[in-house]
Amino acid sequence: MSDMRQVDERYYQLLEQLQAVDFVLVELNLYLDTHNDDVDALNQFNYYVQERWKIAREIESSYGPLQGFGNSASGFPWQWDDTPWPWQV
Amino acid sequence: MWYYEKKLQYPVRVSKCDPYMAKLLLEQYGGADGELAAALRYLNQRYTIPNKVIGLLNDIGTEEFAHLEMIATMVYKLTKDATPEQLRAAGLADHYVNHDKALYYQNASGVPWTAAYIQAKGDPIADLYEDIAAEEKARATYQWLIDMTDDVDLQDGLKFLRQREVVHSQRFREAVELLKEERDRKKIF
Repeated sequence: MSDMRQVDERYYQLLEQLQAVDFVLVELNLYLDTHNDDVDALNQFNYYVQERWKIAREIESSYGPLQGFGNSASGFPWQWDDTPWPWQV
Repeated sequence: MWYYEKKLQYPVRVSKCDPYMAKLLLEQYGGADGELAAALRYLNQRYTIPNKVIGLLNDIGTEEFAHLEMIATMVYKLTKDATPEQLRAAGLADHYVNHDKALYYQNASGVPWTAAYIQAKGDPIADLYEDIAAEEKARATYQWLIDMTDDVDLQDGLKFLRQREVVHSQRFREAVELLKEERDRKKIF
Protein backbone atom coordinates (compact mmCIF):
# COMPACT_ATOMS: atom_id res chain seq x y z
CA MET A 1 0.00 0.00 0.00
CA SER A 2 1.53 3.27 -1.15
CA ASP A 3 -0.20 5.38 1.54
CA MET A 4 1.50 3.37 4.30
CA ARG A 5 3.86 5.36 6.52
CA GLN A 6 7.15 3.47 6.79
CA VAL A 7 8.60 2.68 10.21
CA ASP A 8 12.24 1.83 10.89
CA GLU A 9 13.98 -0.92 12.85
CA ARG A 10 14.04 1.22 16.03
CA TYR A 11 10.24 1.30 16.03
CA TYR A 12 10.11 -2.48 16.19
CA GLN A 13 12.73 -2.60 18.95
CA LEU A 14 10.91 -0.05 21.11
CA LEU A 15 7.55 -1.71 20.44
CA GLU A 16 8.92 -5.05 21.59
CA GLN A 17 10.36 -3.44 24.75
CA LEU A 18 6.94 -1.97 25.52
CA GLN A 19 5.21 -5.28 24.82
CA ALA A 20 7.62 -7.01 27.22
CA VAL A 21 7.03 -4.52 30.06
CA ASP A 22 3.29 -4.50 29.44
CA PHE A 23 3.27 -8.29 29.61
CA VAL A 24 4.79 -8.06 33.09
CA LEU A 25 2.10 -5.52 34.03
CA VAL A 26 -0.81 -7.62 32.70
CA GLU A 27 0.50 -10.66 34.54
CA LEU A 28 0.97 -8.78 37.82
CA ASN A 29 -2.40 -7.07 37.41
CA LEU A 30 -4.29 -10.37 37.10
CA TYR A 31 -2.22 -11.92 39.89
CA LEU A 32 -2.95 -8.99 42.21
CA ASP A 33 -6.66 -9.30 41.39
CA THR A 34 -6.60 -12.58 43.35
CA HIS A 35 -3.66 -11.79 45.73
CA ASN A 36 -4.35 -8.22 46.85
CA ASP A 37 -2.09 -8.44 49.95
CA ASP A 38 1.13 -9.45 48.16
CA VAL A 39 3.33 -6.43 48.78
CA ASP A 40 6.27 -7.72 46.69
CA ALA A 41 4.03 -8.14 43.64
CA LEU A 42 2.57 -4.69 44.27
CA ASN A 43 6.03 -3.11 44.45
CA GLN A 44 7.01 -4.80 41.19
CA PHE A 45 3.80 -3.58 39.59
CA ASN A 46 4.38 0.03 40.62
CA TYR A 47 8.01 -0.12 39.45
CA TYR A 48 7.00 -1.35 35.98
CA VAL A 49 4.27 1.30 35.72
CA GLN A 50 7.12 3.85 35.72
CA GLU A 51 9.17 1.79 33.25
CA ARG A 52 6.27 1.48 30.78
CA TRP A 53 5.76 5.24 30.67
CA LYS A 54 9.45 5.84 29.91
CA ILE A 55 9.27 3.51 26.89
CA ALA A 56 5.84 4.78 25.81
CA ARG A 57 7.06 8.40 25.89
CA GLU A 58 10.07 7.46 23.74
CA ILE A 59 7.84 5.74 21.15
CA GLU A 60 5.38 8.64 21.08
CA SER A 61 8.11 11.27 20.61
CA SER A 62 9.23 9.56 17.38
CA TYR A 63 6.20 7.68 16.08
CA GLY A 64 3.10 9.48 17.34
CA PRO A 65 0.41 8.79 19.92
CA LEU A 66 -0.05 5.29 21.34
CA GLN A 67 -3.41 5.87 23.02
CA GLY A 68 -6.55 7.61 21.80
CA PHE A 69 -9.15 9.87 23.44
CA GLY A 70 -6.62 12.18 25.06
CA ASN A 71 -4.32 9.76 26.84
CA SER A 72 -1.58 10.76 24.39
CA ALA A 73 -0.93 14.23 22.95
CA SER A 74 -0.52 14.65 19.18
CA GLY A 75 1.80 16.67 16.96
CA PHE A 76 0.53 18.65 13.94
CA PRO A 77 -1.11 17.58 11.73
CA TRP A 78 -3.27 15.15 13.74
CA GLN A 79 -1.18 11.98 14.09
CA TRP A 80 -3.58 9.52 15.72
CA ASP A 81 -4.95 8.22 12.42
CA ASP A 82 -1.49 7.76 10.86
CA THR A 83 -0.55 4.30 9.67
CA PRO A 84 0.70 1.79 10.53
CA TRP A 85 -2.09 0.31 12.66
CA PRO A 86 -1.11 -2.69 14.80
CA TRP A 87 -2.18 -5.32 12.26
CA GLN A 88 -0.14 -3.57 9.57
CA VAL A 89 3.27 -3.92 11.24
CA MET B 1 -14.96 3.06 29.24
CA TRP B 2 -11.96 1.80 27.33
CA TYR B 3 -8.83 3.35 25.82
CA TYR B 4 -7.39 1.93 22.64
CA GLU B 5 -3.64 1.44 22.48
CA LYS B 6 -2.06 1.32 19.05
CA LYS B 7 -0.09 -1.88 19.57
CA LEU B 8 -0.68 -5.62 19.71
CA GLN B 9 -0.30 -7.36 23.06
CA TYR B 10 2.31 -9.65 21.51
CA PRO B 11 3.94 -9.49 18.03
CA VAL B 12 2.08 -11.39 15.30
CA ARG B 13 4.22 -12.66 12.46
CA VAL B 14 3.44 -15.14 9.70
CA SER B 15 5.99 -16.56 7.27
CA LYS B 16 3.71 -17.25 4.30
CA CYS B 17 0.32 -16.63 2.72
CA ASP B 18 -1.87 -19.48 4.04
CA PRO B 19 -5.63 -18.91 3.62
CA TYR B 20 -6.42 -22.45 4.77
CA MET B 21 -4.81 -21.77 8.15
CA ALA B 22 -6.72 -18.46 8.27
CA LYS B 23 -9.96 -20.41 7.86
CA LEU B 24 -9.03 -22.68 10.77
CA LEU B 25 -8.09 -19.71 12.96
CA LEU B 26 -11.63 -18.36 12.66
CA GLU B 27 -12.52 -20.95 15.30
CA GLN B 28 -10.82 -18.65 17.82
CA TYR B 29 -12.31 -15.51 16.23
CA GLY B 30 -16.04 -16.24 16.10
CA GLY B 31 -16.24 -19.79 17.49
CA ALA B 32 -17.94 -21.01 20.67
CA ASP B 33 -14.70 -21.00 22.69
CA GLY B 34 -13.11 -18.12 20.79
CA GLU B 35 -11.86 -14.74 21.92
CA LEU B 36 -15.04 -12.79 21.07
CA ALA B 37 -17.14 -15.20 23.14
CA ALA B 38 -14.60 -14.97 25.99
CA ALA B 39 -14.51 -11.16 26.06
CA LEU B 40 -18.28 -10.78 25.92
CA ARG B 41 -18.86 -13.57 28.47
CA TYR B 42 -16.62 -12.09 31.18
CA LEU B 43 -17.48 -8.44 30.66
CA ASN B 44 -21.18 -9.28 30.83
CA GLN B 45 -20.90 -11.49 33.93
CA ARG B 46 -18.97 -8.84 35.88
CA TYR B 47 -22.06 -6.72 36.64
CA THR B 48 -23.60 -9.30 38.94
CA ILE B 49 -20.55 -11.19 40.26
CA PRO B 50 -19.49 -10.50 43.91
CA ASN B 51 -17.25 -7.44 44.37
CA LYS B 52 -14.27 -9.60 45.31
CA VAL B 53 -13.89 -10.90 41.72
CA ILE B 54 -15.29 -8.06 39.56
CA GLY B 55 -11.77 -6.77 38.91
CA LEU B 56 -10.59 -10.14 37.63
CA LEU B 57 -13.52 -10.54 35.21
CA ASN B 58 -13.08 -6.95 34.06
CA ASP B 59 -9.37 -7.38 33.39
CA ILE B 60 -9.44 -10.81 31.76
CA GLY B 61 -12.39 -9.69 29.62
CA THR B 62 -10.37 -6.70 28.51
CA GLU B 63 -7.31 -8.83 27.74
CA GLU B 64 -9.51 -11.08 25.54
CA PHE B 65 -10.12 -8.14 23.20
CA ALA B 66 -6.35 -7.85 22.77
CA HIS B 67 -6.31 -11.56 21.87
CA LEU B 68 -9.20 -11.08 19.43
CA GLU B 69 -7.10 -8.40 17.73
CA MET B 70 -4.13 -10.80 17.53
CA ILE B 71 -6.27 -13.50 15.89
CA ALA B 72 -7.69 -10.94 13.46
CA THR B 73 -4.14 -9.85 12.61
CA MET B 74 -3.14 -13.46 11.93
CA VAL B 75 -6.15 -13.97 9.63
CA TYR B 76 -5.54 -10.65 7.87
CA LYS B 77 -1.85 -11.38 7.27
CA LEU B 78 -2.46 -14.96 6.13
CA THR B 79 -5.01 -13.86 3.50
CA LYS B 80 -4.05 -10.34 2.38
CA ASP B 81 -1.96 -11.53 -0.60
CA ALA B 82 -4.17 -14.49 -1.56
CA THR B 83 -5.75 -14.66 -5.02
CA PRO B 84 -9.41 -15.70 -5.44
CA GLU B 85 -8.05 -19.00 -6.81
CA GLN B 86 -6.01 -19.58 -3.63
CA LEU B 87 -9.04 -18.75 -1.49
CA ARG B 88 -11.08 -21.28 -3.46
CA ALA B 89 -8.39 -23.95 -3.00
CA ALA B 90 -8.46 -23.26 0.76
CA GLY B 91 -12.20 -23.87 0.94
CA LEU B 92 -12.96 -20.15 1.27
CA ALA B 93 -14.94 -19.65 -1.98
CA ASP B 94 -18.20 -19.38 -0.01
CA HIS B 95 -16.55 -16.84 2.32
CA TYR B 96 -15.19 -14.91 -0.67
CA VAL B 97 -18.54 -14.52 -2.43
CA ASN B 98 -20.12 -13.09 0.72
CA HIS B 99 -17.26 -11.15 2.34
CA ASP B 100 -14.31 -10.89 -0.10
CA LYS B 101 -11.33 -10.86 2.32
CA ALA B 102 -13.23 -9.10 5.10
CA LEU B 103 -13.18 -10.81 8.48
CA TYR B 104 -16.46 -12.10 9.82
CA TYR B 105 -17.44 -13.40 13.27
CA GLN B 106 -17.87 -17.05 12.40
CA ASN B 107 -16.18 -20.31 13.30
CA ALA B 108 -13.89 -22.45 11.13
CA SER B 109 -16.94 -24.09 9.54
CA GLY B 110 -18.54 -20.75 8.64
CA VAL B 111 -21.21 -20.77 11.38
CA PRO B 112 -21.90 -17.18 12.55
CA TRP B 113 -21.17 -16.24 16.17
CA THR B 114 -24.18 -16.41 18.47
CA ALA B 115 -24.85 -15.29 22.05
CA ALA B 116 -26.07 -18.85 22.65
CA TYR B 117 -22.36 -19.75 23.01
CA ILE B 118 -22.15 -17.91 26.34
CA GLN B 119 -24.05 -18.00 29.61
CA ALA B 120 -24.67 -15.62 32.49
CA LYS B 121 -26.27 -17.59 35.31
CA GLY B 122 -26.14 -15.02 38.08
CA ASP B 123 -24.75 -17.77 40.32
CA PRO B 124 -21.09 -16.85 40.87
CA ILE B 125 -19.81 -20.42 41.17
CA ALA B 126 -21.73 -21.52 38.06
CA ASP B 127 -20.40 -18.51 36.13
CA LEU B 128 -16.78 -19.01 37.23
CA TYR B 129 -16.86 -22.74 36.46
CA GLU B 130 -18.08 -21.89 32.96
CA ASP B 131 -15.19 -19.42 32.67
CA ILE B 132 -12.64 -22.05 33.75
CA ALA B 133 -14.10 -24.52 31.23
CA ALA B 134 -14.01 -21.87 28.50
CA GLU B 135 -10.30 -21.23 29.14
CA GLU B 136 -9.49 -24.93 29.08
CA LYS B 137 -11.43 -25.44 25.83
CA ALA B 138 -9.66 -22.47 24.25
CA ARG B 139 -6.29 -23.84 25.41
CA ALA B 140 -7.09 -27.16 23.72
CA THR B 141 -8.17 -25.41 20.50
CA TYR B 142 -4.91 -23.44 20.42
CA GLN B 143 -2.97 -26.69 20.73
CA TRP B 144 -4.90 -28.25 17.83
CA LEU B 145 -4.27 -25.09 15.78
CA ILE B 146 -0.53 -25.23 16.53
CA ASP B 147 -0.56 -28.87 15.38
CA MET B 148 -2.18 -27.82 12.08
CA THR B 149 0.65 -25.52 10.90
CA ASP B 150 4.39 -25.76 10.25
CA ASP B 151 4.75 -21.95 10.20
CA VAL B 152 7.01 -21.31 13.21
CA ASP B 153 6.24 -17.58 13.22
CA LEU B 154 2.51 -18.27 13.43
CA GLN B 155 3.09 -20.97 16.03
CA ASP B 156 4.93 -18.43 18.20
CA GLY B 157 1.88 -16.17 18.42
CA LEU B 158 -0.45 -19.14 18.97
CA LYS B 159 1.75 -20.47 21.78
CA PHE B 160 1.54 -17.10 23.53
CA LEU B 161 -2.25 -17.23 23.30
CA ARG B 162 -2.34 -20.84 24.51
CA GLN B 163 -0.30 -19.90 27.60
CA ARG B 164 -2.60 -16.98 28.40
CA GLU B 165 -5.50 -19.45 28.58
CA VAL B 166 -3.54 -21.41 31.19
CA VAL B 167 -2.98 -18.29 33.29
CA HIS B 168 -6.61 -17.16 33.00
CA SER B 169 -7.83 -20.60 34.06
CA GLN B 170 -5.54 -20.47 37.10
CA ARG B 171 -6.80 -17.00 38.11
CA PHE B 172 -10.45 -18.09 37.74
CA ARG B 173 -9.74 -21.13 39.94
CA GLU B 174 -8.31 -18.78 42.58
CA ALA B 175 -11.43 -16.62 42.26
CA VAL B 176 -13.59 -19.65 43.08
CA GLU B 177 -11.49 -20.25 46.21
CA LEU B 178 -11.79 -16.58 47.23
CA LEU B 179 -15.59 -16.80 46.99
CA LYS B 180 -15.66 -20.06 48.94
CA GLU B 181 -13.54 -18.50 51.70
CA GLU B 182 -15.88 -15.51 51.82
CA ARG B 183 -18.92 -17.80 52.00
CA ASP B 184 -17.38 -19.89 54.82
CA ARG B 185 -16.45 -16.78 56.81
CA LYS B 186 -20.07 -15.59 56.65
CA LYS B 187 -21.30 -18.94 58.03
CA ILE B 188 -19.29 -18.49 61.24
CA PHE B 189 -21.29 -15.40 62.27
